[in-house]
Amino acid sequence: MTPVQDGYNFAYLDEQTKRMIRRAILKAIAIPGYQVPFASREMPMPYGWGTGGVQVTASILGPDDVLKVIDQGSDDTTNAVSIRKFFKKTAGVATTTHTAEATIVQTRHRIPEEPLGAGQVLVYQVPIPEPLRFLEPRETETRTLHALAEYGLMHVKLYEDIARHGHVATTYAYPVEVAGRYVMDPSPTPKFDNPKMHMSAALQLFGAGREQRIYAVPPYTPVKSLDFEDHPFRIQTFKDPCALCAAEGVYLDEVVLDDRGGRMMVCSDTDFCETRRAAGHRGAMLGTAPAEIAGEASHG
Amino acid sequence: MTDTPLIEAKGLTRHYGSRIGCTDVSFDLFEGEVLAIVGESGSGKSTLLKLLANEIEPTRGTVLYRLRDGAVRDLARLSEPERRLLARTDWGFVRQDARDGLRMGVSAGANVGERLMALGGRHYGRIRGTAADWLGRVEIDGGRIDDTPKTFSGGMRQRLQIARNLVTHPRLVFMDEPTSGLDVSVQARLLDLIRGLVADLGLAVVIVTHDLAVARLLSHRIMVMKDGRVVEAGLTDQVLDDPADAYTQLLVSSVLAA
Repeated sequence: MTPVQDGYNFAYLDEQTKRMIRRAILKAIAIPGYQVPFASREMPMPYGWGTGGVQVTASILGPDDVLKVIDQGSDDTTNAVSIRKFFKKTAGVATTTHTAEATIVQTRHRIPEEPLGAGQVLVYQVPIPEPLRFLEPRETETRTLHALAEYGLMHVKLYEDIARHGHVATTYAYPVEVAGRYVMDPSPTPKFDNPKMHMSAALQLFGAGREQRIYAVPPYTPVKSLDFEDHPFRIQTFKDPCALCAAEGVYLDEVVLDDRGGRMMVCSDTDFCETRRAAGHRGAMLGTAPAEIAGEASHG
Repeated sequence: MTDTPLIEAKGLTRHYGSRIGCTDVSFDLFEGEVLAIVGESGSGKSTLLKLLANEIEPTRGTVLYRLRDGAVRDLARLSEPERRLLARTDWGFVRQDARDGLRMGVSAGANVGERLMALGGRHYGRIRGTAADWLGRVEIDGGRIDDTPKTFSGGMRQRLQIARNLVTHPRLVFMDEPTSGLDVSVQARLLDLIRGLVADLGLAVVIVTHDLAVARLLSHRIMVMKDGRVVEAGLTDQVLDDPADAYTQLLVSSVLAA
């Protein structure tokens, strides 16, 4: 454990603020999928960079926690590195890139491929918490719709997708029904990750800083993706396995290699990919891929 | 059919501060009956319609409504979920401006299907089938089912509004100047369509209009309003052909003969 930098309270926020946020979190856990308003604070980062997730993490972080931060599944992008450094500096907690070692995983856009276990907490950074926002602009009205569980509008959106594209074209922020009651926006995670939320052993917390909302999915809670009987929910599939670690049935990112059409599909979850390669799995392009992609990622 | 009215208004009064919206309006409306409310602008017609449709609260007075199960309820005493359910199953509301009654950003099919989905319809094929059927009944080309109402003409928008409202087979439809702003030939077709649907489905309709020709064509009974009060009420042809009240006489005589 590295010493906490002078002048900061543990994990940056003052204790009263953390208590306020914890109360919101407790309420959110008690009412799965319900958006609890909270007095979001200014954080030393711009809105849209994860101010909601950071406040949730700061409030639940203890000195013995081990923190992992991912952005698009990757441990080494700017956002992930900065937030990890932030908590190393202000809380002095241990950090890791290995999903299994972490007690708290803060994420933007992905749920790790390795199933999370009991005792782990997944913190999502949420830009727009209201699933009905683009269908119904009035906040007073969306609150009423949630209160009365009137979610017909959500299906109007899915109907429009099918009418225009022949299938539900929503691929991320795909609306889910939590515990048979509230409809929730799972933040901009790809719909590929929606099934992982269902009956997860880990606690899932969602923080939206600019919109000042916290919501939660407690462990072992049913989470159902909305669909039609004759157009059931489906996740994305990929033709080829990961070009580096040969993993199948995982979410892949496309990496453009040159300006002549060269590209490769690799795991979006970098930790998962590296662990598999260390265990001897070899993808088709492992030998030929540029070092920037295949080489050991540098961890902040 | 029963002897109990579908809707029963008693002493309905609505004040806007010290101004009067409408005052002391009472009437009964039975199933399958069409009531026209006429009067000049500002006479309280639209206020009365909003009071009946439970969109604003009365200052005094009550509206009793007979539900499908036969129970007569005071609208003011319904809970919010009951009220909303009633409004999207048993009632329809055709607005003067189609933009208030439609979702302009989503397709015609979704506009018609919205109520079905709100009631738990979760089968895309069936919802689309019902929507296509209703578009046909209001004479909108089935090929336009995936177009948004933004691309529709004024008359088509009004017909789409009607389809969107009737898809759940309501018993009571409120119409607020449904034909104003349309040119006369389109008006005539729309009125013809409404008259046909009202007769086929046995709808009760409360229609607000300033156009006496619309009232004559559609309604069985008529209420003439002035300054928030009902000045004359009765059978449509009786009131229009032999008006008793001075204001009604003025109103009837101000219509230009074509």
